Amino acid sequence: MNLRKWMASTLALACLSGPATADGLLMARSDKSFPEAMTVLQSAISARGYTITRLQQVNENLERRDYKSDMYRVVYFGKFEEVRQVTAAHPELIAFLPLSITIFAEGDESIMVASHPQTISAFYPDAALKPLFDRWEQDIEAIMDEVRE
Amino acid sequence: MLRRFIAWMLCAGLGATTVWAAPVQTAAAPSGGQLYTRNCASCHGQRGDGGIGVPLALPSFQAGISDDYLRQTIRHGRPGRVMPAFPSLGADEVEAIVRHVRSWNKGPSVAYSKAPIAGNPVHGKQLFGQYCTACHGANGEGAKGTGVTFSRPRDLPIMAPALHNPGFLDAAPDAMIKATLMNGREGTPMQSYLKLGLKEKDIDDLVSYVRSFETQPLGSSATLVKTETPVIIRESPYDLNTTVERVKTAVTTNNFFYGRVQTLEYGMTPPANENPNQVIVYFCNISLLNQALAIDPRVGMFLPCRVSIFEKNGKVQVMSVNPKVLSQLFNNSELNQLCEQLEQSYTAIIEEATL
Repeated sequence: MNLRKWMASTLALACLSGPATADGLLMARSDKSFPEAMTVLQSAISARGYTITRLQQVNENLERRDYKSDMYRVVYFGKFEEVRQVTAAHPELIAFLPLSITIFAEGDESIMVASHPQTISAFYPDAALKPLFDRWEQDIEAIMDEVRE
Repeated sequence: MLRRFIAWMLCAGLGATTVWAAPVQTAAAPSGGQLYTRNCASCHGQRGDGGIGVPLALPSFQAGISDDYLRQTIRHGRPGRVMPAFPSLGADEVEAIVRHVRSWNKGPSVAYSKAPIAGNPVHGKQLFGQYCTACHGANGEGAKGTGVTFSRPRDLPIMAPALHNPGFLDAAPDAMIKATLMNGREGTPMQSYLKLGLKEKDIDDLVSYVRSFETQPLGSSATLVKTETPVIIRESPYDLNTTVERVKTAVTTNNFFYGRVQTLEYGMTPPANENPNQVIVYFCNISLLNQALAIDPRVGMFLPCRVSIFEKNGKVQVMSVNPKVLSQLFNNSELNQLCEQLEQSYTAIIEEATL
C-alpha cells in the first residue's frame, strides 16, 4: 500500500467513524427556502449517479380538494442497473423502491425526511445486501448534508 | 547512549503518531453545534425555536430544566411521542449537545435532587383531574397533535407533554416536576399552580400522583403497534396483467382512487427497456392523506399508497409495505390507529385482488 492510499484509507476510516445517526428517521433542516432547497436536492441526487424518476406533488393534490398545505414533494430516485440486479435476486425489495426523500416547507426553511435504508437491512439481514444498504444510507446522508449546507 | 537512542525513538514514534493521527481526530470530533444540527435541528429548529419538537431556547424552558434532564431525554427519548432515543450517540456526544443547548440559557443553571417527594397520590389524582387533564390528558397521555409543524395550522409553539411516559418519568425527577408546577412555564399554557391557589402540600400530592404512573400499565400514547412482517404479500392465481387489473378494481372498492400504474424501473431507463414483470399500482385517499399529514407531516415519505405486483419463475406475487412498520419508524403512537386501518385496507385490497 503506498502512502497516498494509506492516507486515503485513514481519512475514509475517520469519516466513517463519525456519529452514526440510525435513530428514528433520517431528517435534516435546511435554511434554504423550499424552491432553492428543492433545486439543490435534485442536483445532489443526480450528482451521486441516481436518476430522479418522479416528483410527487403532494400539496397540489391536497389543494385540489381544498385542503391547506405548504409546499410538499416526494422525490423518487434510483440507479437502473442496481435496482434491476437487486430486485432480480430479492424481489421483496420492490416494495421499498425506488428510494425517496420527502421535502416540505417549514416557514422560510425546508425539512427533508427519509427512512434509513438500514431499517430495511433489519428486515432482510442478508450479508450480501448489507453493503448496498450501507451505501444507500451514506448517499442519502450525503445528499441531505449537501442541501443542509 | 542506548537509553538516549530508545528515548529518541519513542519521542519520534509518538511524534509520528501525533502527526498521522491529527486528521482522524479532527474528523472524528464534531462540535456540539454540529451534532445538534445533524441530530436535533430538523425538529427543534437550528436556533431552538421549535417546530416539530419543543422550542428548546424558550427562556422558561431553559430556566426549568437541568442538564441531566436533557441527557436522559436524548438517551431515552419519549416512546410513542415522536422524540426518538439516541442510543448510538456516545456519552461525549450527548454531553456536547447538552452544552450546545444550554448555551441558550441566560439564567443560572438548575440541578435537581433525585430524592422522591412524599405526597398523597389519591388526593393528587383528584387535583390532576381538576387542573391537569384538560392539557395533559385524563391519564397523562399528553396533548394531541405531536409532530405537527409550523407549515400546517397550529395555535401554540409547544404542546402539553405526555407525563405518563417512561421517557419523561426517567428524565424528570420529582423536584423538577414540583418546580414546574410551582413556577409554571412562561410562554406556554402551563401556569404556576401556586398562583392558581394550590398549596405546596397539594403540589406534593400532584407530584406523587404523576410519579405513580411508573407503577401503572404503559400509557396508551407510549405504546406503538408492532409487526413481525415488514411486507404484506400474497400469491396471485392470475397472470400479471389480470392481477394488475384486479388490484386497480380492489383499490376503488376499498375507498381509494387509483392514480397510475408504472413499472418499478419507470424513469430509470427508456420505456422499451423497462422490466414489464415488476409493476406498481399507485393509489390515494386524499381525506386520509390530509388526516395522516395532520398527525405527522413526515408520513409523506410513504406516499402515495402503493401495491407492487411482480412475476418471477411463473409465479405472480402481490405485496406492499406493512403500514404497521410506520408506527415504529415514526415513534408516533397517534399513527397507531391509522396504521392499523391502512394495514386492514392494504390486506383487503391484496386479498381481493388475489381471490
